[in-house]
Amino acid sequence: MIFIGERINTGFKDVKQAVLDKDPGPLQSWAKKQTEAGASYLDVNLGAVSSKAADMCWMIETVQQAVDTPVCVDTNKPAILAEAIKACRPGMLINSTTAAAEKLDSMMPIAAEHDASIIGVVMDETGTPKNADKRVENAGAILAKAMELGIEPQRVFLDPIVMPLKFMQEQAKEVLEAVRQFLLFSDPPPHIVCGLSNISSGTTQKKLISRIFLAMAIGSGMDAAICDVMDTELVNAALTAELAMNREIYADSYVRK
Amino acid sequence: MELVDVKEKWANRISTVTIGATAAEGGTRGSTVTVGGETTLPLLTFEGEIPHRPVIAGIVTDVVPDWPDVLKDAIGEVINSPADWAKKCVEEFKVDLISLKLIGADPAGAKRSPAEAAETVKAVLEAVDVPLIFWGCGDEETDSTVLPERSQAARGENCLVGSATETNYRTLGAIGTADKHKVIAEAPVDINIGKQVNILLQDAGFSLEDTVMCQTTAALGYGFDYVYTIFERVRIAGLKGDKLMALPQIANVGWEVWKVKEAIQDDDILPGWGKLAMRGPLWEATSATGYLQAGADILTLAHPQSIALVRNAIDEFMANEGARE
Repeated sequence: MIFIGERINTGFKDVKQAVLDKDPGPLQSWAKKQTEAGASYLDVNLGAVSSKAADMCWMIETVQQAVDTPVCVDTNKPAILAEAIKACRPGMLINSTTAAAEKLDSMMPIAAEHDASIIGVVMDETGTPKNADKRVENAGAILAKAMELGIEPQRVFLDPIVMPLKFMQEQAKEVLEAVRQFLLFSDPPPHIVCGLSNISSGTTQKKLISRIFLAMAIGSGMDAAICDVMDTELVNAALTAELAMNREIYADSYVRK
Repeated sequence: MELVDVKEKWANRISTVTIGATAAEGGTRGSTVTVGGETTLPLLTFEGEIPHRPVIAGIVTDVVPDWPDVLKDAIGEVINSPADWAKKCVEEFKVDLISLKLIGADPAGAKRSPAEAAETVKAVLEAVDVPLIFWGCGDEETDSTVLPERSQAARGENCLVGSATETNYRTLGAIGTADKHKVIAEAPVDINIGKQVNILLQDAGFSLEDTVMCQTTAALGYGFDYVYTIFERVRIAGLKGDKLMALPQIANVGWEVWKVKEAIQDDDILPGWGKLAMRGPLWEATSATGYLQAGADILTLAHPQSIALVRNAIDEFMANEGARE
């Protein structure tokens, strides 16, 4: 399972304040804690705090000083990405492009040039798909662009776009169906990822809903998630689901303490 | 027409383990042996990196084992002296390192004291300058009390010590850390326990970068196919990215083969099976080359003829590097 730690994001107050003060402490502390918890990548998101690429580079460099875990550069602005990626050590992940032509043409070449992996969110100019078929169609466009630029499918992380269960209940099933179909694109298939917290948005049972949905998504073929890696029950549910899918070799002490 | 490139690209690399320490590294070995580091399946030199050849460890014991005469005779008089035997293994049989099995402490056998075993370790280290693997007698309770003394006798020599199991991993981890040795993690023909022992060792603070995996038996006639499959699955899991399984593996071939009926009984008892003098070493060499293909990085062998055969096989397999580019 590829866990992408979500915590270094200015949407969280402590991180926002740290970026404003240029205080490396909180970022490095989250970098270490999430790495110890088993994160394969650390998402780094500047959010709306600043529009300066230099600030994103500072965040990345600060994180990389603390840990070896590769970063997941979280921005939808090509100008920021083009600068930020130069600050990244090899093995980075870009979060993200969409299937919209303008995004594909601006984000994908950066991934190709820097040998980066990239998350492809399956929305396009018309917005977020309402059903599995449109999600698969958009995923196809993303993979086609990747192939054209020589990015192999294993460097693409397809994101089927998880919607809040509370407000768009019918979408969860469509997402799981799309995941199953993504597996058919190539052998080995592309990675399949989601921003997990969306599923429980606005609910009173956030952890339970996230945990169950992630297990179901893994059962459908998902192998990565941007999530709260500090939530041990969530991580252990995912590890158990992976065993049930025969993706990992069982050992008595497979859970994280 | 352009051919499609079907080469497999794996996500992970098997860890690299170096055994032995030269004077510069605080030991007295003339050279070291490094295994692991593969980025592809065994012997597929055209597909990925295999930076280190599989190696052969010559078996030496402190008490003469219950072996057939064809094996004892092939080794010769030196079988009565671990130091001389080790010397012959290196100088005549041309092994890469020594695998010293200290069976003398076995409470059901010679009941040798920890001090005697420690002397044997010292004597072998003085007689040869290749790296050393040493194992306990297999009786876990005895090994837990005597292994520390042997380990201290070889302190700083960066030996590979066997073996940590689900129950004694703390002792072996502590020995490895205190005396700077590498450790063999052993499981009873069980991939799940194999992974479990690795987790336990790691949780006890011992680095898996310093660990080699072992699946107890490695002989044709003792569940060859089970063990072969485990070697293969361990390697594939490791290459796919399971860091708990991305470890070099040792196949204790010789030690196991010379217990198998077909490798030790002559054709007066097994009519039609051919003369033991040829069948025994062939049995050992066949088992070893099988595990070579399954993913073994270290093979232990006893008979000089099978050592020669397996060394030739390794030479030929590894000589293919780049040939199919």
